[in-house]
Order: sequence, then structure tokens, then C-alpha cells
Amino acid sequence: MAEKKIDMQQVRQVAKLSRLALSETEIAQFADQLSAILEYVEKLNQLNTANVEPLAHCLPINNCLREDRIKPSLGTEKTLANAPQKDEQFFLVPKILEEPGGL
Amino acid sequence: MSNDILKLTCRELRDSIAKGEVKSSEAVSSVFAQIEKYDVSIGAFLSIFKQDALKRAKEIDGKIAKGKPVGALAGVPIAVKDNMCTTFGTTTCASKILENFRSPYNATVIEKLLAADAVIIGKTNLDEFAMGSSTENSGLKKTVNPWDKSRVPGGSSGGSAAAVAAKMCFAALGSDTGGSIRQPASFCGVAGLKPTYGRVSRYGLVAYGSSLDQIGPLTTDVADNALLLSVISGHDEKDSTSVDEKMAPVYDFSAKIDEPLKKLKIAVVPQLFEGADSEVVNAVKDAIEVYKKLAAEIIEIKMPHFEYAIAAYYLIATAEASSNLARFDGVHYGHRTKNPADYIEVYSKSRNEAFGQEVKRRIMLGTYALSSGYYDAYYLKALKVRNLIRGDFTAAFQKADCIIMPTSPTTAFKIGEKTADPLQMYLSDVYTIAVNLSGVPAISIPCGFDKNNLPVGLQIIASTFQEEKLLRIAKMFENHTDFHKRRPEL
Repeated sequence: MAEKKIDMQQVRQVAKLSRLALSETEIAQFADQLSAILEYVEKLNQLNTANVEPLAHCLPINNCLREDRIKPSLGTEKTLANAPQKDEQFFLVPKILEEPGGL
Repeated sequence: MSNDILKLTCRELRDSIAKGEVKSSEAVSSVFAQIEKYDVSIGAFLSIFKQDALKRAKEIDGKIAKGKPVGALAGVPIAVKDNMCTTFGTTTCASKILENFRSPYNATVIEKLLAADAVIIGKTNLDEFAMGSSTENSGLKKTVNPWDKSRVPGGSSGGSAAAVAAKMCFAALGSDTGGSIRQPASFCGVAGLKPTYGRVSRYGLVAYGSSLDQIGPLTTDVADNALLLSVISGHDEKDSTSVDEKMAPVYDFSAKIDEPLKKLKIAVVPQLFEGADSEVVNAVKDAIEVYKKLAAEIIEIKMPHFEYAIAAYYLIATAEASSNLARFDGVHYGHRTKNPADYIEVYSKSRNEAFGQEVKRRIMLGTYALSSGYYDAYYLKALKVRNLIRGDFTAAFQKADCIIMPTSPTTAFKIGEKTADPLQMYLSDVYTIAVNLSGVPAISIPCGFDKNNLPVGLQIIASTFQEEKLLRIAKMFENHTDFHKRRPEL
């Protein structure tokens, strides 16, 4: 195979954007597999699309508006029911900001 | 008695239950007896609801005994793919990340099944998050093909197709993003319909490729498929991509199912037969002969952009998936890594630990296709090619009522045959993917068997919102053949 479409460094960058803590083995494997897939999708370049509009979906509708009215929602208990960590009201996560005064 | 019940179609069962000849509780017991006997080796179900299903069946039997009105699927045992949210049991998407997830609400299709008095008996296996063509990507279970247990059931709705083929339910729901209802239907010898994009609400269907995903029925015959479609169709204010009654009226699609189409014009695309196994090609050509005998006119057309569908799909679907699966963050629900060093690791380690390889691969590919510097070359290019592909269908339907081709280039392949090379697996979707990119409806029905006694699927594609016509065309074939009546020896 010619030069890879995507090398391990690029795979690391994409993994970071994807929020996937891939192992080095996975990074090497994905470099090979994604390169092969990207090689294949190159065939799209055989087509001249200079005057073709992109088609994001197939429905003849664009905006769907509805009345803005209050309806019942899940409520706190049901919303938190599947949380890996929680208290009575909130999802619990590790600290994101430094302590005030810690700067 | 129980074996006789299992021979009934959904319509026959419903009518027998309504007349009091059969009890729903008997039908449900028969189905669970079948599951207990065979699902150990087939592995179609991720969860079953025996006690609740029997209780519900008895309630429906009670309503009927009292002469109360009941719904269109009263007492009929149905299975659903485990990427549709249910307040009962878990909704796992066959992923470790959702292994213990219990949905706080029902998907709209679930509400519609329940409103029609169906009995939901269990949830079926799939490729993780519906990403795959063999159900081998399930993070939780292995499912095999009831016709040959060394082979895959197809995917991603492999559990639903296997369950219907093995009569472990009377019908099932699947979802189809690139062929995930039609290809397993083809591999398992059942009828599987992908409705028009917008026909069925996706509210509560765990999203994979949102501009492509559609829910549809898997059944033993075409008329049952029409019945199920009538139940699950319709506008839903909770899904803004579900269309209104003006654009897509909902009625009983099975009412005129036995009226053959007069002056039926069928398009075939000779170039597309080149890539399929000869036994598949021969079965599809025989099917075309059946239609010729029914006075259909066959015309040959070209679809010059069809061969680009896989390339366009694996950029568009993965781009959408990378965005849709960003919600699995280890914070709100699902798996969370133990002892994360910081909040970034809550995301990146939770996701890495619990997603399987194919899901990671697709998230990576989609993220790459959307990333700065590559967006125009990959994602935007794919959307433009998508428009050209849809143009091929628009042109075809100006000349013909439907297009006929194989559902899959092969019959069911061996377990493990394609798992090492993801691209080879993707290429097995060659005939189904263009349909999703174009939003049109298509059905796969059994049209023959190969020398290994494996079913071959015939794909019939119709124009947007032409499901009634599509189903009637499929029924014409069924009325003159008996492939749909064959069942695997379990």
C-alpha cells in the first residue's frame, strides 16, 4: 500500500477529539483500518460534483414549529435514575475548576 | 395445540384470539416454550418478559371475554430490537455502556404497539448501536442463523430476524440505517420492510445515523408486514422528522394487499447483478420470471451513481454517529470509569472501556470526516454524491413502479468470516445502502434457497411513501410462490 491516508499521530488527534482513550495497540490498528476505508471512499472523487447541491436529508420539510407551551417533563428522580453518581438533586462529576484563590 | 398456534400468522392469531378460539395467554406460552427450547442455541433475545407478558395476555383475554373492543394486534406476541426504549426491562443497544440502562420513557413505536394491544415478549440482540451487518458486533451476546447455526443471522437487526424465523415471536420490530432490517430478513428468510424516511416516528429509538434511521417490521409474510406498518406509522410531535397525514396518510395497508397491480412496470439494473453470487442472481432472475408471468413489464435501466453509495454512506452515517454518540459521556447514564484522574477521563476512559471496536471505529471515522480541513473533502463531498444517488432513484421511478434487485450479494456468511476486515463487512451492504441515502421504502422477501438451503432475499424498492404499492407488489410474488412458508429445522 502507498503512504497511509491517516498515520498514528493523526489517529491520536482524532481520538482526542472523539474523547476515546485508545490504547497504543488500538491506535496502530485504527491507523491501518481507517486508512483502508479512506482509500476506498476516495472513489467519490471520480464524480464531478461542482454543480451538485449537498443533500443532508430526504424530507421536503425544513422547519417544524410548534406552540411553545409547558408540558409535563420527567422530573428530577427519573432523570437521575440512571446516573452513575448522583446526590438528591444533581449529577456528580469530578471537580472541573480549580479552588478559588488557588491561582 | 401449541405447535398449531405457532403456525398461525399475526392476522390469523389475532382473529382466532378475537373469536375466542385461541387465548392470547396460550399464544404467549407457546412462544416462551419455543424460546426456552431453542434460544439457548440461537441467542436472539437479550431480555424476555415472561411474567409480565403472560399477565398482559390474560388482561387482553379478559377484555375479549367481556366483549370489549381491542386493538389491531390484540394478544399477538411481538419482539422489539433492543435499541428502542422501554420503561420495562433494560434498553442496552447491545452495548456495555448501556448494559444496565432503564429508560424513563417508552419509544413511540412501543406506545403504538401497546395501544394496539400487542404483547411485547422480549428485546432482541443487535450489532452494538445497530452498527454492523452480522450481529457479531453485539457487546453482550452471540446470535446465530436459525437455518445454519454456523452462520450469521445478518445485522444489525439479527436478533429480530432470527426470532421471527424461529417462531420465537409472531413479528418483530427492527431498525434500518443501511440495510439493518432487509439484510437480516434476507439471511433468515423472512419479510423485512424499511419504510420511507419520515413514515415512522423515531422518538425513543437510540439514534445512530439520524438522516437515515427508520424503524420497520420483520414478519413471516407480507400481509403481516402491512399490518404492523399500519400500527407503527404516523406523525409524532415528538419526532420532527415524522411527516404529517397530508404527506403520508396512515390507513390499513393490509386492506387491499391481495389486489395485484395492473400494468405493473418493474425496473431492473443489469450492472448490479455483476457483484452478486450466481445462486443469488439466479433466484432473483427466477423471481423476475414470476412477475413476467403475472403480466408485468420489465424494463432495464442504469443507475450510474449506485456504486458510490457505500463510500458516501460510511462518511455520512459515521459523521452522524460521532455526533449522536457524544451523549454517552459517563455522566448522565451508562458506564463510568472507576477513579478518573480528571473530568476529561470521565469521558474518554468511560467511552473507551465500554464501546466495542466497531463503534469506536465509526466514531473515529465520523469525527475525522467532520474535522477541520477534511469536512469539504469527505463529508460535504459525500452529501453531494448522496444527491446524485437520489437522482438515480427519481429517474427510475419516472419509468417504473418499482426496482428489483438482490437484498444482499450473498446468502448468510459464516460466523467470523468478515470480522477481521471491516471494509469487507461494509461491502456486504452494497444493495441496501442507496435506499437509505435516498429515503425511499424497500422490502426484502424470500425468493429462493441456495444449495446449502440458505434463504435468498429479493429486494423491491418503491418511490417515497408508496408503501401500499410496494407491499402489494411483494404480495403478488408471495401469492405465486411458497418460499415464505418454509421454516428452518431448529
